[in-house]
Amino acid sequence: MNIIKKIWRALSTPSKAGVGLVLALGFGGGVVFWGGFNTALSLTNTEEFCTGCHEMADNVYQEYRETIHYSNRSGVRATCPDCHVPKDWTHKIIRKIAASKEVWGMLTGIIDTREKFVEHRKSMAMREWKRMKDNDSRECRNCHNFEYMDFSEQGSRSVKMHSSALASGEKTCIDCHKGIAHELPDMKGVEGWH
Amino acid sequence: MKKIITALLILGMATSVVAIANENTVPSNNGGVESLRGSTEIDVTRKADKHKRVIKDREPLQRNYVHQPPIIPHQIRGYKVNLNANKCLSCHGWKYARETGATKVSPTHFETRDGMTLSDISPRRYFCMQCHVPQVDAKPLVENKFKAVDSLTQH
Repeated sequence: MNIIKKIWRALSTPSKAGVGLVLALGFGGGVVFWGGFNTALSLTNTEEFCTGCHEMADNVYQEYRETIHYSNRSGVRATCPDCHVPKDWTHKIIRKIAASKEVWGMLTGIIDTREKFVEHRKSMAMREWKRMKDNDSRECRNCHNFEYMDFSEQGSRSVKMHSSALASGEKTCIDCHKGIAHELPDMKGVEGWH
Repeated sequence: MKKIITALLILGMATSVVAIANENTVPSNNGGVESLRGSTEIDVTRKADKHKRVIKDREPLQRNYVHQPPIIPHQIRGYKVNLNANKCLSCHGWKYARETGATKVSPTHFETRDGMTLSDISPRRYFCMQCHVPQVDAKPLVENKFKAVDSLTQH
């Protein structure tokens, strides 16, 4: 009984130095841990990391290198995470957790040959299209902001579509702009395709 | 007889020597002919022409002769036409033409070479860019006096 009281007293009346130490350790540890976590997270948000596996490097990355988001007149680029990982923290973490499935996919070799990749392309593409459709093409809009689109600078076909379907919210970017960064799967049965 | 053979041999040797000598002294290996490639010699890599710019968007262009495949009056960068997808038909297909305001694919594209009409684009007419091409802002390579037939000329 006496021992318990002593312990309680020691805990409830800590010395000032102890409190300071605990706070300092907690603060310092927090900074290190949080900083480390964010650094590690941002390391997984680079093109080098994404193309670290041959599944990405040999398939989607090669296709993407021929498109306007890789090479263009002004040299502004959208790298893998710009389109495939949300920018704000909450959505990013959710996406990152969901993407951990890809690690499992790599370990089990679900698309480790070109043939397997091509066979899976449609289901993977449809999953990504659905994600973009559901969030109103949020990642596109990080750069392509409708508010600042100058219709007088666009081609007449673009103006026609953007001023009607996109402006009214009836359609979102991905509804029309599929296959702009990677090759398309068999589009039979996909809305808007022959 | 012997003399004739010797004479022929000497003559033959003499002509081949002359031929070799001539080969060494030929001034150019394009025969002095100027083509679209210019007067650059065959073994020399000519400096490439500048890229021509595809004209962005404009009204449909008039045709020059009957059955001319109409020219594409817009950019088509990145448009895929392959086994998996046909981007052209996303606007020009009959399903979408009204909505997008694009020219409908002509009914001739639904016919087989035997004249049978199919329910969808005939495989022999599926690859649009075999006949239809976008236009660049380029001058005719050779000066010519071509005029469209009168019935197709818009006045």
